[in-house]
Amino acid sequence: MTTQLTTAAPPAPAAARPTRRSGGSTLVRRRQRWGWFFVVPFLVVFALFLIFPLCYAFGMSLFTSTLATGTDFTGFANYAKAFSDPLFMEGLLRVLAFAAVMIPAQLLVALAAALVLDSLATWVSKLSRLLIFAPYAIPVVIGALMWSFLYSPRFGPSASIFGLVGLPTPDFLASDTVFGSLVNIVTWQWAGYYMVVIYAALRSIDPSIYEAARIDGANGWQTATRIKVPMISSSMVMVITFALIGTLQFFTEPVVLRNIAQGAIDAAYTPNMYAFSLAFSYSQFNYASAIAFSLGVLVFAGSYVFLFLTRKQSGLK
Amino acid sequence: MTIFSQRDVDLAEPLTTSTGLPSHVERGPRGGRRSGGRRIGSHVFLVILAIYFVIPIWWLFVAATKNTAGLFSSPAFWFDGNFAFFENVMGLFTHQGGIYWRWLGNSFLYAFAGGIGATVLAVLAGYGFAKYSFRGRSAVFTVILGSVMVPLTALVIPTFMLLSQYGIINTPWAVILPSLLSPFGVYLMRVYAQDAVPDEILEASRIDGAGEIRTFFTVALPLLRPAIVTVLLLSVVGTWNNFFLPLAVLNDEMLLPVTVGLNRWTALSNAGAGGEQVWNLITSGSFISVLPLILSFLFLQRYWQGGLSLGSIK
Repeated sequence: MTTQLTTAAPPAPAAARPTRRSGGSTLVRRRQRWGWFFVVPFLVVFALFLIFPLCYAFGMSLFTSTLATGTDFTGFANYAKAFSDPLFMEGLLRVLAFAAVMIPAQLLVALAAALVLDSLATWVSKLSRLLIFAPYAIPVVIGALMWSFLYSPRFGPSASIFGLVGLPTPDFLASDTVFGSLVNIVTWQWAGYYMVVIYAALRSIDPSIYEAARIDGANGWQTATRIKVPMISSSMVMVITFALIGTLQFFTEPVVLRNIAQGAIDAAYTPNMYAFSLAFSYSQFNYASAIAFSLGVLVFAGSYVFLFLTRKQSGLK
Repeated sequence: MTIFSQRDVDLAEPLTTSTGLPSHVERGPRGGRRSGGRRIGSHVFLVILAIYFVIPIWWLFVAATKNTAGLFSSPAFWFDGNFAFFENVMGLFTHQGGIYWRWLGNSFLYAFAGGIGATVLAVLAGYGFAKYSFRGRSAVFTVILGSVMVPLTALVIPTFMLLSQYGIINTPWAVILPSLLSPFGVYLMRVYAQDAVPDEILEASRIDGAGEIRTFFTVALPLLRPAIVTVLLLSVVGTWNNFFLPLAVLNDEMLLPVTVGLNRWTALSNAGAGGEQVWNLITSGSFISVLPLILSFLFLQRYWQGGLSLGSIK
């Protein structure tokens, strides 16, 4: 009840604010200190588990420790090593290739589904919406496990399906096909989540705009491409940013699939996997920190550049 | 062409709240008068998509009812003659002393401790940022907003090293404490609190003599409820799904969450270690572990649908 009432209430009139602020009494100023009281608990966690680890990783990355000589300050040597390390560079190029294929795939499925759902309101469409979203409720590990079973020539249905139409069974886990197999898993897992975000944005468009479009003679396709898509561009930008941040950190799915496709996915398949194996298999924590920190900076810079380029669409301008 | 007049029906309802969110995603029926051909095409498209998205889940459901022999011999998408689900559940109780249930319990512990903690912090901070204009507010908030773009997995290795320095590696705290960090939750809560808690109501409460803390608990908190549920849902799911962090900071088998544990079983089974081939337990264990989230998403539809749209506004 209460929530209904308040969400329907109009936003506080802007004019009311200056008058309150112009009061400027000590009481008001003292009250503002309460802001810190509310914010500080989070800031403690923020400092302990974000700022501090980042600084720590950066610090670690400036040292090199070897059994023979102990720990030495080596400056940016680890970074120089990383960016000339073929394993790191290959992994980096690989996640960029994943981003180039996976993000459009997820976005197209999500957008198409959302546009169709927005134009229908039958039980079929309601049920479909739920089913398309369902994979989001499955932990990434379990999703990848399920698909690794489905891909497997031992358990998988592919032999019987392809046998049915008289085709040879493809090997989904060979080194040249595993890329597509991973794209499929990620699309399956996330497209439904993005679909719901886009759908929600579509539902918040003022319908009178469609009326205007109809009067101007726009058909359904034109309404979709010229009105609906541009109007939800800020949601699209957000979805792409999240997908970009996620893809560059690609880790869980290839790690799980590696159980059954060791030959096709090596321990340095993605930069995150490389950092993980450097740290936990080879105890090269300094070099692993340099890799993790470089990846962090690249992801931050990448998403920042993307948001900057799309600042018009995202409404951040 | 009737699509546009159907839209008019919706106009009767308020379309968005003051926060710019859809008041609710679910609306009354408004289809039914479209031209036949396109409607059929759209429905076929949706049904094909729905099948693609749901068939692996159906496979998991079917596979959970088979024993290991059945997994290899029966059709992948249909039941084996031998219904072995309860056998498998018993197997989960006995394999490695029933460690599976311990894993499931760990997942619940980490998800709720981490999720509730993260939500409490996000609610306090979001409210503080939204309703107090203290000095340094915008600078601090900008840093937090920027940190949404910092990949959390890049933090795992330094976090591991820090936690091992303090000797809390390989304890539940090593998973729970880093999970308390939810910059996105703070952002959502601030955006929501900005409009959902009008300054006038806070002012009135203060004039009535309530202190800041009491005002927060009695006035602001009830108004923030929809956003609280959303942030709670997102952070519980986030912690439940986390794989990288527990993989790095936990070694003790007894402390693993169910996701890492099942992955361990799969790795062992694939390695072909004699006594460790437990395919039937992997499938039934996976199925049981996805039930809590699937069911809570089904029952909490209203919340997550509203919640995800909360994430899409700027």
